[in-house]
Amino acid sequence: MPELPDRKVGIVACCGEEIAEGTVSRLATLKVLHDLRPDDTVTICLPLFVAGDAGECAFARVHPTIAVDGCDLRCAARATEALSGKPAASLVVSAVVAEQGLAKPEGRRRLDDAGKAAVEATATRLAALVDALAAAGDAGRAAESAMSAVQPQARNVACACGRGGTPAKASGVA
Amino acid sequence: MSADGQKVAVAPCSGIGKPFGTVAREAAYELCETVCPADTVLVALGKLVLGDAAARETVSRNPVVTIDGCQRMCAAKTVKRNRGAVLHEVMVLDVFRRHRDLKPEGIAELNKAGEELARVLAGEVATIVPELKAAVAKGACHA
Ligand code: SF4
Ligand code: SF4
Repeated sequence: MPELPDRKVGIVACCGEEIAEGTVSRLATLKVLHDLRPDDTVTICLPLFVAGDAGECAFARVHPTIAVDGCDLRCAARATEALSGKPAASLVVSAVVAEQGLAKPEGRRRLDDAGKAAVEATATRLAALVDALAAAGDAGRAAESAMSAVQPQARNVACACGRGGTPAKASGVA
Repeated sequence: MSADGQKVAVAPCSGIGKPFGTVAREAAYELCETVCPADTVLVALGKLVLGDAAARETVSRNPVVTIDGCQRMCAAKTVKRNRGAVLHEVMVLDVFRRHRDLKPEGIAELNKAGEELARVLAGEVATIVPELKAAVAKGACHA
């Protein structure tokens, strides 16, 4: 029985420093990575797509990736698509806030209560997206595992920032 | 804004995987909001990754300080790629090597030592802000 590849869901946050919604994107991502779905997720620093090596730049081609952005400029989603690979899903904090009728977050350095509520709401939505992508990946891997016996291929991705250090294997047919 | 209209642009690296990235971010806030608010402006690196026009303008018309969490130096590389005038590069790891008692821990929330390391870093950069602004007059930027 061939080993099933361990393909975690990638999360790329814009971490925008200028506005509170950017801080929300960062903290919601960290909450999912550390607390809600620690075994199913990895991340990479967004600017590593520019500064990193080929393996790091391939992040979104190896992992089904969710982009998390503070506002509708969608820097993480657009940069991921342009420099790494098309994100499987995308989440925008300001849209989550509007949809759920939450107050506008304030405090880019230290979030106010509205910001903390936005972190909770965004993290909850993000975790649900992770679950959906992980479930889709399980189905895809079952099919891939049969093919991997024909021609296995392994790629390693390690985030220099430490959170994505788990080697990820992706099987495919050339 | 300062008398000559120039500010020092501060670009932290947005690192999300280690406490050092959080220290970079916190130091940038400390510098731009507490220590030198009149002479500095914060730049979101996420905007620069794809070359946002306004962010590009900020880093090309002002002297830039980059603050990176680790030796990958993502902020410095991204700013330079956008024709930014990086006049001073700081790596948090280097500052920590000089202040081993301030070991940062926590990514979402820094421990006290990490917050202090960010304050120390911001204080060190603040001492050279006047020098960086003077460099503008000598033509170090595209302004
Ligand atoms: S998506 Fe919005 S909040 Fe995030 S870096 Fe871009 S401009 Fe800033
Ligand atoms: S310099 Fe290091 S900590 Fe900062 S974004 Fe790059 S890899 Fe991450």
